[in-house]
Amino acid sequence: MKMTYREAIRQAMHEALAADPRVFLMGEDVGKYGGTYACSKGFLEEFGPERIRDTPLSELGFVGAGIGAALGGMRPIVEVMTVNFSLLALDQIVNTAAALRHMSGGQFSVPLVLRMATGAGRQLAAQHSHSLENWYAHIPGIRVLAPATIADARGMLGPALADPDPVVIFEHAQLYNMEGELPDYWRCDIATAAVRREGTDISLITYGGSLPKTLAAAEQLAAEGITAEVIDLRVLRPLDTGTLAASIRKTHKAVVVDEGWRSGSLAAEVMARIVEDCFFELDAPVARVCSEEVPIPYARHMEEAALPQMPKIVAAAKGVLGK
Amino acid sequence: MIAPPPSGPVPWDKDFAQKLLFDMLRIRRMEEKCAELYGEQKIRGFLHLYIGEEACAVGALHALAPEDNIVATYREHGHALVRGVSMNAIMAEMFGKRAGCSHGRGGSMHLFDAQTRFFGGNAIVGGGLPLAVGFALADKLQSKQRVTACFFGEGAMAEGAFHESMNLAALWQLPALFCCENNQYAMGTALGRSEAQTDLCAKAASYAVPTLKADGMDIVAVHEAMKLAVRHVRDGLGPFFLELQTYRFRAHSMFDPELYRDKAEVEQWKQRGPLHTFSARLKAEGKLTEAEFLALGAQANAEVQASVDFAEAAEWEPVADLLKDVHTP
Repeated sequence: MKMTYREAIRQAMHEALAADPRVFLMGEDVGKYGGTYACSKGFLEEFGPERIRDTPLSELGFVGAGIGAALGGMRPIVEVMTVNFSLLALDQIVNTAAALRHMSGGQFSVPLVLRMATGAGRQLAAQHSHSLENWYAHIPGIRVLAPATIADARGMLGPALADPDPVVIFEHAQLYNMEGELPDYWRCDIATAAVRREGTDISLITYGGSLPKTLAAAEQLAAEGITAEVIDLRVLRPLDTGTLAASIRKTHKAVVVDEGWRSGSLAAEVMARIVEDCFFELDAPVARVCSEEVPIPYARHMEEAALPQMPKIVAAAKGVLGK
Repeated sequence: MIAPPPSGPVPWDKDFAQKLLFDMLRIRRMEEKCAELYGEQKIRGFLHLYIGEEACAVGALHALAPEDNIVATYREHGHALVRGVSMNAIMAEMFGKRAGCSHGRGGSMHLFDAQTRFFGGNAIVGGGLPLAVGFALADKLQSKQRVTACFFGEGAMAEGAFHESMNLAALWQLPALFCCENNQYAMGTALGRSEAQTDLCAKAASYAVPTLKADGMDIVAVHEAMKLAVRHVRDGLGPFFLELQTYRFRAHSMFDPELYRDKAEVEQWKQRGPLHTFSARLKAEGKLTEAEFLALGAQANAEVQASVDFAEAAEWEPVADLLKDVHTP
């Protein structure tokens, strides 16, 4: 069945709300407005204001309330409008949600699902275009997901809600309008990386909004006789190093593509894992394509120049291959 | 300075009055021992003593039911103890032993106990308030008659978390009881030096939350005020804000040289200490004899000594378990 990424997210939430009375959705404009990205359109009418709960602009407050509600027996889906605004709630996510189980000696789990949009590409400038997935992937105690396909948009929420610990789901804002086929078998795990395209010459490792660009780069490389393998990390914490290592053992070369800024990026972590686990398998230094180290600019040509783009990925791959 | 406690007899029978006095004594003696053990380096990290403020936790918690939720701060030894966490488990936690109520992973600032619905032990100032809103929301959604009591200091009322939480609780009419223990100082900063509006009830009232102020040095005033607050919340009338005006006799933590307040001020508050004023009242009213008072003290001392022995003898968690309890297995 053909559908958009947005519709896949919507169906996933609808299924969860219909199946489990403990599940409720809370966040800014999730109700009357229908969701900032229209992912909860029609939910308020169907499930009512108790379960589709519009909040004031109080990210710290309602994320913390989500944690409390999870401890109190509910299965909240808390939507933060974008990762940029999640910084207002960072204290509750890091100091409470992620730490509570450990600092209570294992007495309390926090079955909270936090969804948020991330990423640039819509000329929204420096306060609405962050890609801070890596900050969350740094924190022990939470699982971090980045659905990049229609199937993952549909499939990841269920297991995230079933996880007894906090799960953060990053939906790249550029993906909501992406259209594609929802495969018959879309149920999935939230533990492994996926090979999105098989190849033998080089591994292109990416996640989230950079996946379509990376697949386009692989297509371009194929036209030039280079077969690239594309790995979609899917799960940013904990990283599935097994899938990475298997790919490196096959291709012996890698480029990491990450919309985060280069310094201290998730790309840096992936490269470190490759060097730790596969150093002697490598035929060339690992390269990466990240965002330029500048707050994301407004002007279209400048924004495009700041972000990883298909030609940059192709060039990086050729550089590694010495072509 | 707040008004002295209202005169008139203690409105409780002898047993209940002595029970509350005993709980204050247990906290006091336990914490005096903790300070000693800190000097001996048996207890490390931060240690925030509650000495002087005991009437707040004891008066308030005795107005709650076992099914209620408690969210507290890093100055929570007394709350945990009165709530029913054993002194052994608290002491072992401070020693960092596996037998502690948070298995040695939390320490003094992070006492937790699922059994008694004691949810910390939150050491980010104001961090417990949104959590309490969430507990109350969960109870409302599940139609439970439970009260969530959230304790915090007046310092937390400068945090955004206070304002966001108060608004959410009032907007959604949640069964949350916000109990501010106003001990006059946010660490070393006096209320008047950090807040433009020093009338804390006025701040809460601006969110359309009903408020009440009580003398936190007087356990009778605390308990009676808390009973009213609990009744309001349990009756489904929405959140409530209770301010308890109190004072800590000891330093903020064991690292605090107390440069910010006069010794005379401390002495003045000590005159109103919750233990000696309440025991004197009970004696004057014939609800406590000197022999009974001494016996309660001896019993508290014995409990403290037993808890120290327990903590000393308890095992260290093996380092091999280091990564345990980060995720649910």
